[in-house]
Amino acid sequence: MRRFWTALTVLALAAATTACSDGGGGGSGGNTPGVTDTDILVGTHMPLTGPAAAGYSKIAPATRAYFDYVNANGGVHGRKITYKIMDDTYNPATTQQVVRELVLQDKVFAILNGLGTATHTGVLDFLRTNRVPDLFVASGSRSWNQPDKYPGTFGFNVDYTVEGKILATHVKQDQAGKKVCFLGQDDDFGRDFLAGVEKVLGPVAAKQSYVTSNPNVGPQLGALKQAGCQVVMLATVPGFTALSLGTAAKIGFRPQFVVSQVGADISTLTRQLGPAARLTEGLVSANYLPLSTDDANPWIQLFKKVNTQHNGTAEFDNNVVYGMAVGYLFVQSLQTAGKNLTRDALIAAVEKGGFQGAGFAPLRFSSSNHSGYGGEQLTRVQGGKQAYFGDVLETDDGDGAVRAYRTPPAAPPANGIPAAA
Amino acid sequence: MTTGGGKSGESGESGMTVLRYLMWTVFAAALIVVLTYALPPFRTYQLATVGAYLCVTAGLTVLTGLNGQLSLGHGALMATGAYTVALVQDGLAGRGQWTLLVSVLAAIGTTTVVGGVVGLAAARLRGPYLAGLTLAVAVVVPAVASTWDETFNSDQGLSVVLDPPPGTVPFERWQAWLAWAGALVTMVALTVLVRGRFGREMRAVRDDETAARLAGVSVGRTQVLAFVVSAACAGLGGALFAVLAQSVSPGAFPLSLSLFLLMAIVIGGLGSLAGALWGAVLLVALPAVAHSVTEGIDAQRLEGNLPLALFGLTLIVVMLAAPGGIASLRPFRRPFARLRRKT
Repeated sequence: MRRFWTALTVLALAAATTACSDGGGGGSGGNTPGVTDTDILVGTHMPLTGPAAAGYSKIAPATRAYFDYVNANGGVHGRKITYKIMDDTYNPATTQQVVRELVLQDKVFAILNGLGTATHTGVLDFLRTNRVPDLFVASGSRSWNQPDKYPGTFGFNVDYTVEGKILATHVKQDQAGKKVCFLGQDDDFGRDFLAGVEKVLGPVAAKQSYVTSNPNVGPQLGALKQAGCQVVMLATVPGFTALSLGTAAKIGFRPQFVVSQVGADISTLTRQLGPAARLTEGLVSANYLPLSTDDANPWIQLFKKVNTQHNGTAEFDNNVVYGMAVGYLFVQSLQTAGKNLTRDALIAAVEKGGFQGAGFAPLRFSSSNHSGYGGEQLTRVQGGKQAYFGDVLETDDGDGAVRAYRTPPAAPPANGIPAAA
Repeated sequence: MTTGGGKSGESGESGMTVLRYLMWTVFAAALIVVLTYALPPFRTYQLATVGAYLCVTAGLTVLTGLNGQLSLGHGALMATGAYTVALVQDGLAGRGQWTLLVSVLAAIGTTTVVGGVVGLAAARLRGPYLAGLTLAVAVVVPAVASTWDETFNSDQGLSVVLDPPPGTVPFERWQAWLAWAGALVTMVALTVLVRGRFGREMRAVRDDETAARLAGVSVGRTQVLAFVVSAACAGLGGALFAVLAQSVSPGAFPLSLSLFLLMAIVIGGLGSLAGALWGAVLLVALPAVAHSVTEGIDAQRLEGNLPLALFGLTLIVVMLAAPGGIASLRPFRRPFARLRRKT
């Protein structure tokens, strides 16, 4: 028994020592955590390793590259942005750990673009309790759009329900009379997407789900084949999109695949499928950002320049475009929040709205709407290339109709750094 | 909780013993409270995590070290406790602070029942077969969560509804108090238990089952009881983890957690409650060290695997340098040489 107390005392002394050494750092400058006259510290959680790392691991480095570009051009109101990236391996339990570390130990000003539905859902309460702004979550769960419950949380992606409605509307017109089925992740990502699909098409013929901890979708695709599905709508992360395409081909199942934007980046799928990359032919999806292959687009020209200068010329794909679009929107929010930067000022700036970033779909931030982009344009893979077709479509996550959105896209400013909205 | 000791101990000494435990517990509690005021929030949170781990490692070291039963399934027992807290808290949401006590007690109850079932099977198995059975229990957690996804919500898990701490106490300090309240109760209860008749029976069964049976000890009963006690501690630890993370998901209770727990008690000193404390500290400290190492050399992709390697390395070094674990090292035992005979 006494040895236990000796141990406890030794540890207490050790802990007290670290307490003293910890006390020196952090919290210089004003009262706002993570903000000094010269710096802003922002953190994120990302799957750099694990089942969702394919593709997604490139997003945060791209965001950081854009911040480096802004820093090299004088920063925001004289402050340079430091972006701390933590690997959560797409495991909600690890996300809990790393976000606590970012907020309590590193004292970040805000969490930006934390990736994943299941992972980020678990830290919403923690971030609210600590009053940390939680901007532009990298997921389309409807949970981000609860201004009353989570006043500091804002989405970035198109709501999965909105996306489900848009993709299902295409299926209804283009694949009329076909048997439509669904395979999705067994969390709010899959559920919200399916809700959107069923709002338009009614109940699907068969539905299956998968978990990222079990990399085998054989039984699910077998069941869909058995059910005679002709169209399969996927709410999957890229690794599992590739797995589904490969598994289906292996069992001789060739439906039309219609995939959520988050799981349909062609370069990620090509890399995952390797020699079987032709299986992506005909794949239908949607997006709201310019495609990485569109060299004529001024945004792509800007982001390519930043990628060369600050991202070690990482292979330029849609994940890089996504990461930089997030960085651009965050810088725009900081500009709007003004020189006297506080957490409340940042949230007020985003709620003021009026942003126009790299995306061509509407951003509708307000005090009552915290969801991300409000629409998408359909894409199809043809000859190994992903390209847009049809109108830009917008809708809501309720019963509103899917209709065309005609406002022309914005062009980036000449220096590539946004002004206040 | 202390009546077990009174019953089995010699009546003259037991009053003194209880008083002494009480004094030490008050002292330890005071130390924790002081620490929660001295430490910054993240360190306080880590301190709370040590407390939650201590419940589990203490129970496991009694089972494995004192009763000779190897369990690779304690991660799953923690998950049982954690999910019970999440479900009960959700059911009783918004009725006040007392619901937490009910949830934690329910968690201990549920885990005790589960531990009883596993223990009944375990008492019939030896060596690798016992390890195999408990391993299966650990592996089944994610499958259970995704098969009954309407209750357990699959990989996404459940969030744990918690009332804000009373008064103006910061959240992390409150969590540390809760976790260490659980840990200290566990430590006192286990100390009383292993010092008494039950402790002697457990050791007798561990050392020689035939001899124990000849001496009138019921081997099966002792083994099942040891498993149940250990499971209850794991359930409490799991419940505290749910309170700390404010969420539960299968990813929090992987197979590697069960292996880590076992490594921790071996490194700390098998069968020693002080060793359980060292183990609990290592469980928190080593991943943190691994993290700062990877941060320094900008190799974030290593991070997921480095703690495991670091744990293995520590295990090898400790086993070479001090086969009895950290708790057996001289500087930690010399002042109390008199007590050594007893343990």
